[in-house]
Amino acid sequence: MNKISIMIVGVGGQGTLLASRILGAAALKKGYDVKVSEVHGMSQRGGSVVTYVKLADKVYSPIVEKGEADIILAFEKLEALRWIDHLKKDGKLIVNDQRIDPMPVITGVAKYPENIIEKIKVNYPNTIAVDALQIAKSCGNLRTVNVVLIGVMAKSTDIEKEVWIETIKEVVPQKFVDVNIKAFEAGYNA
Amino acid sequence: MKKLMLGNEAVARGAYEAGVTVAAAYPGTPSTEVTETLATYDEVYCEWSPNEKVALETAIGASFAGARAICSMKHVGLNVAADPLFTASYTGVNGGLVIVVADDPGMHSSQNEQDSRFYARSSKVPMLEPADSQECRDFIKLAFEISEQFDTPVILRLTTRISHSRSLVEMEERIDYRLKEYRKDVAKYVMMPGMARKRHVEVEKRMALLREYSNTCGLNVIEWGSKDIGVIAGGIAYQYAREAFGNVSYLKIGMVYPLPDKLIAEFAKEVKTLYVIEELEPFIEDHVRKLGIKVIGKECLPVTGEYSSQLIKERILGIRQETSSFPDEPIPVRPPVMCPGCPHRGTFYVLKKLKLTVSGDIGCYTLGATPPTDSVDTCVCMGASVGMAHGMEKARGKEFGKKTVAIIGDSTFIHSGITGLINVVYNKSNSTVIILDNSITGMTGHQDNPTTGYTIKGEPTKQTDLVMLAKAIGIERVRVVDPYDLQEFEKVVREETEADEPSVIIAQRPCALLKRVKHGSPMKINVDKCRKCRRCLTIGCPSIANKGDRIEINDALCVGCGLCTKLCSFNAIEKAGEYNE
Ligand SMILES: Cc1ncc(C[n+]2csc(CCOP(=O)(O)OP(=O)(O)O)c2C)c(N)n1
Repeated sequence: MNKISIMIVGVGGQGTLLASRILGAAALKKGYDVKVSEVHGMSQRGGSVVTYVKLADKVYSPIVEKGEADIILAFEKLEALRWIDHLKKDGKLIVNDQRIDPMPVITGVAKYPENIIEKIKVNYPNTIAVDALQIAKSCGNLRTVNVVLIGVMAKSTDIEKEVWIETIKEVVPQKFVDVNIKAFEAGYNA
Repeated sequence: MKKLMLGNEAVARGAYEAGVTVAAAYPGTPSTEVTETLATYDEVYCEWSPNEKVALETAIGASFAGARAICSMKHVGLNVAADPLFTASYTGVNGGLVIVVADDPGMHSSQNEQDSRFYARSSKVPMLEPADSQECRDFIKLAFEISEQFDTPVILRLTTRISHSRSLVEMEERIDYRLKEYRKDVAKYVMMPGMARKRHVEVEKRMALLREYSNTCGLNVIEWGSKDIGVIAGGIAYQYAREAFGNVSYLKIGMVYPLPDKLIAEFAKEVKTLYVIEELEPFIEDHVRKLGIKVIGKECLPVTGEYSSQLIKERILGIRQETSSFPDEPIPVRPPVMCPGCPHRGTFYVLKKLKLTVSGDIGCYTLGATPPTDSVDTCVCMGASVGMAHGMEKARGKEFGKKTVAIIGDSTFIHSGITGLINVVYNKSNSTVIILDNSITGMTGHQDNPTTGYTIKGEPTKQTDLVMLAKAIGIERVRVVDPYDLQEFEKVVREETEADEPSVIIAQRPCALLKRVKHGSPMKINVDKCRKCRRCLTIGCPSIANKGDRIEINDALCVGCGLCTKLCSFNAIEKAGEYNE
């Protein structure tokens, strides 16, 4: 069985936890040993957040380290840049083309880097940028950005589409299942 | 059945399976989900206590009364609960009693990095430490058995990466645990000097038995591999070590106090080079040294922060990770911030404007210490704001006191602010205490507390009346005000700080993340009216961004609270829905 290390990075409040939960549960259905390391507490208040998901026959440390990630799913551009050194040279970055200014940028003591995605692509050609916010909007719920991104990522794993959909049905609250499946499909086909 | 569970959820599951019927806790990252999960089981009585001391006393009472009881907290919570802990060690238990304490190496969400293992040693209570979710579930069940077998409380120590990592857990049915008989037993349960002296002797006997048990119980196990290197490690450090060293020999520590002396000696004899890998203090290492065994540990590895397998590889095996030169530009940090719509924002805007010395406390509102709302002067521990404002005034006099306020959240005030406030009245200081009542325990993820009127299970209950409480203490000036009414709030703060007696201001407005709080449509900047004065940026709202040539409101983040509109002198901030219609 492959050993796959995935990182989900973003800004606290963007729904990265649900994404990692879906990913973990789907991998479990495929028979992987799974460890998911989440962030709760302080940094969930708009801070930089990172979740690690590791799949293998047997996983020891739940942490993905520098140069070790096969896939990084970034919910925000600056966060993609912050964590990019954790990606393997031939690893895949899926980045949501969204900008959220951190407080030092808002107060003017720091500058938000320009052309992040272009710069990353030069160093990591295996980069896919998507406007997940727009896709989520068109699906009818802004909060499905996370599942749109899971949809985009799903194609890069050996987990079948049906398994993902089944997992979403189990993990997401009943009344949001339909919109989330729509979001998943939209991401999957993006 | 196997399920993917957080370490904390697995602890709860194990406690449930062990037949626990009473669970008491005060929330604290990374421990909170233990009790939140327990609350989902109908068979378990569960509560958020006002603080960790009351929680532990509740659990001790339940244990004496014959039930299996559990009490969970974060590392600093054990400081608060230390008083009952040290004496419960003497009394021992009736029904099994387990204390779950979660340390936070790296301080993801804490004000210090203390190592709780020393509490086990100084209170003479056995401590277990799991290394994944399965062990969380297995060890807590065993902890209840150890507790009853050896007549002692048992501590289960977690760390953030164990508490908040999900891994697979095999579950079983709940056992049928019957309440043990309760019998009055003054010699065991009443710790006056005469009785306590006898109990201390019992404690020492128990410790001797536990030291033997540690060698044979199966919680500490040797895994033989190459004998060139031997590693002693437990908890998450074992997982990092496993990945860094690969196929060497391990003495995996599951019972971290008391440590298995014989096993350690046996292991050390067989391996060429011996390492201890443990985060924070050299707790195991010092013990190994005391046994006269040569060992390598903290001379290579730090006592600060979290470890990783890369760190171990680098520091011990000399394997360097190649570093990339990209990205080659500074990456702005992204510290946590108050949420859009956060009621605390109004408070800090006013406190900064009035240039007051702000004796701070712990909660979401500690974020008021960061720019641009940077008005908070101090943060030490829960409840400290009130005591420290009082102390500042005693040191610098009444005039300084009139330029000082204490700020404290509703949950924190109940936790340990009340006694400080009594002291303010009793010892005659002039302090102004602002209770930031956002109707919830926010920072730790929305737990009810005595001021919210609901229990952990969502049942309505009596609500602590903060106004009546302050008055009963002897505070005559008590004001209730909405912190989003900036003018009124400023006026009240001015009046109360100037007054020649102590006062309490209750800044009342619910947390913006509460389900019952309805959000308005997002705001938008009318570029024709905006003069770019940037006043709206001074409240530090993450949805208002400075784009250089213009100010912009991010409609995906804005919740339409309207606080920024009150600062704009040009009426340039409008509801996005109305603009251009
Ligand atoms: C002794 C201790 N127990 C628990 C915590 C964890 N903790 C930090 S802040 C907080 C509660 C904050 O609630 P509140 O005072 O209502 O303020 P809010 O976050 O809602 O603004 C808790 C439980 C701690 N830091 N110290």
